[in-house]
Amino acid sequence: MLDPEILARVQFAFTMAFHIIFPSLTIGLASFLLVLEAMWLRTGNDTYLSLYKFWIKIFALAFGMGVVSGIVMSYQFGTNWGPFSKLSGPVIGPLMAYEVLSAFFLEAGFLGVMLFGLNKVGPKLHITATAMVAVGTLFSAFWILSANSWMQTPAGYAIETGRIVVESWFDVVFNPSFPYRLAHMVLAAYLTTAFVVAGVGAWHLLRNRENVAARIMFSMAMWLITIFAPLQIIAGDMHGLNTLEHQPAKIAAMEGHFETSKGSTPLILFGWPDMAAGKTKYAVEIPYLGSIILTHTLDGEIRGLNEFAPEDRPNATILFWSFRIMVGLGTLMLLIAVGSLWARHRKTLFDCKWLHRFALIMGPSGFIAILAGWVTTEVGRQPWVIYGIMRTADAGSPVSPVAIAGSLAAFFVAYAIVFGVGTAYILRAMRQDPRHAHIDPHEIYRADHANVVDHIDTPKH
Amino acid sequence: MDYQLIWVLLIAFAVFAYVTLDGFDLGIGILFPFEKKQENRGKMMNAIAPIWDGNETWLVLGGGGLYATFPEAYSLLMTAFYIPVIVMLLALVFRGVAFEFRFKSRDHTNHWDFAFAAGSIIAAAMQGAMLGAFIEGINIKDGHFIGGAFDWISPFSIFCASAVVVGYALLGAGWLIMKVDGPLQGKLRAIAKPAVIWMAANLAVVSLMTTYLNPAYGDRWFSTPNIYYLAPIPIVTVGLMFWLWHAVKRREKTVFGITLSVFFLSYLGFGITLFPHIVPPVISFRDAASPDNSLSFMLVGAVIFLPVILGYTAYAYYVFRGKIDDAGYH
Repeated sequence: MLDPEILARVQFAFTMAFHIIFPSLTIGLASFLLVLEAMWLRTGNDTYLSLYKFWIKIFALAFGMGVVSGIVMSYQFGTNWGPFSKLSGPVIGPLMAYEVLSAFFLEAGFLGVMLFGLNKVGPKLHITATAMVAVGTLFSAFWILSANSWMQTPAGYAIETGRIVVESWFDVVFNPSFPYRLAHMVLAAYLTTAFVVAGVGAWHLLRNRENVAARIMFSMAMWLITIFAPLQIIAGDMHGLNTLEHQPAKIAAMEGHFETSKGSTPLILFGWPDMAAGKTKYAVEIPYLGSIILTHTLDGEIRGLNEFAPEDRPNATILFWSFRIMVGLGTLMLLIAVGSLWARHRKTLFDCKWLHRFALIMGPSGFIAILAGWVTTEVGRQPWVIYGIMRTADAGSPVSPVAIAGSLAAFFVAYAIVFGVGTAYILRAMRQDPRHAHIDPHEIYRADHANVVDHIDTPKH
Repeated sequence: MDYQLIWVLLIAFAVFAYVTLDGFDLGIGILFPFEKKQENRGKMMNAIAPIWDGNETWLVLGGGGLYATFPEAYSLLMTAFYIPVIVMLLALVFRGVAFEFRFKSRDHTNHWDFAFAAGSIIAAAMQGAMLGAFIEGINIKDGHFIGGAFDWISPFSIFCASAVVVGYALLGAGWLIMKVDGPLQGKLRAIAKPAVIWMAANLAVVSLMTTYLNPAYGDRWFSTPNIYYLAPIPIVTVGLMFWLWHAVKRREKTVFGITLSVFFLSYLGFGITLFPHIVPPVISFRDAASPDNSLSFMLVGAVIFLPVILGYTAYAYYVFRGKIDDAGYH
């Protein structure tokens, strides 16, 4: 009745989806905090310090939730995917070990100094700690995306008596899809953070357009979006070409192409890919555009899903739509970047209400785009857990379905509580006026007796 | 080079680092129910707030490292311990977010205090139960786990759970006795005294039961000439427990150090009992290891990074040394 494979996959997807949200924000916020602290030390403008203190509270909450949901992930490979762990351990395990050694300890070791240490170590050592945390988040992205990419496009290995033996560590780490995936994900994290910052800045500007701190954060975020949104579209395009080369079935499913075509392939804008019928129903197409986008030529070949054995096909209905959600949001991101340039040109960046409202609505757009993109790439890898090497159906632990159902229910309840409350605290921290973030916490404590928190004390000038 | 042996020792080191470092963090959570004052609870938490995250990273190194170096052991143990691992992880989730949430919440501080205490106690108990079940052995046939979902519960594993909970509480008390003063310190000393007796009793029972669980375990300790070489371990442990009993009453810094030493000797004894088995009673670490080129690739990273990690971890401890002041970090 209960299929243990489906249950284990739902549990992994659920815990992973929650986890991925927090590092996406902390990768970007760590770099943003580093820039803010550097600006403060360079200019001596206390507004940057206020912004630093404003965002570090949000960073601390998001980081804490990222850590605890991440520990869950590091053990779930074994609890639910024992045969996968046994097979992949010698290859992916070392990449994760490098992640722990080079990134997790670095982040955790300097996080305490970053959050609580400004008065104890002084600004120079403190900004070093901030930099270490920021670098740590990027090292972490490097290794985990290398591991993830290897599962998508395995390279540098041989199979000997049922075990994977590595022949070239360089080829394992820098496997074919890794550079594209890393660029795409790091840009996604930066864009996600930029949209969160822009949304918060916009919210404060809509209340008071004279708010200096809100102006600075909104303007900084809009510059980031203006630079990164077009870059992300280029990175995404290159990633797509790479996927077409190594995982053609995934591209076919993403685009809803069931029949192979050589040249003049249309782009299916919308439609309903029907796996059972083997075709995309109600397709709205633009002629030739498919060839141009996917192969950058007019006569490139695009293999259709029907060319692959039925048991090797990923689910096109999900992929087609998850991909379109991501691309649609990317288009809106480009649009707001253009809008902000226009407003800057007219010197109305801080007065333009429609732009602020647009930015506010787009605040969570990065998270949605990341989740949609992640569904696209991971569902697109199916039915394989390691592409071409191990099927997901063979990867699950021999745990009773009742135990998995129980743990899945427990994760639902626990994550709903913990991350629901955490999100509420983050939203509350975002509503505080960023100009007042540097006030001595003990004064506030005495003033309203609320347990107001400030992570770093006001420095003595 | 014997990479397999090097890595089993390194993994053992990572697990020991986790047990002692997160041990005193968890111990502070275990002590929470004994202190009702909000202000003191804030101090207790602040005594570890800047360092707990680094401490818990050793858990990821232990798990991730086992996955990389002894994947078969990782796969078998996680499957056999499905329920206690998941329960431990959920407990760690609640207890981990409590560090931030406690100070963010205006009206629900007590809820997060509860989450912190319950999460710490449950996580420690699960770790202890898994330790016990691990020593008792995993039911394996042809390289597959064939036992039941609740095999890990037994009188022995419950004793081990109790030993770990009280051991962590003592580590936590030892840490706090260094970090706080005044009435709170006095209270911690009062809690620690019965804990010492409880821990001594637990250690004695668990040690003796272990030698009866499996004839090989008993032989390891009682056969000649082993008994002559190994006898100092229990003898020194007994001596340390007496010293701890006295230190708890008046010393500030030695309580933590002695408790740590007792943990080290107990861990050493555990290792001596089980060596070379990584999944008792049959799978040795050599049967479960990754190929040598995986182990050597990782060893390069470990040799480069571990000294650096120990260096900046020491630096973080140095920055936050001394007594917790009233203002706290938060």
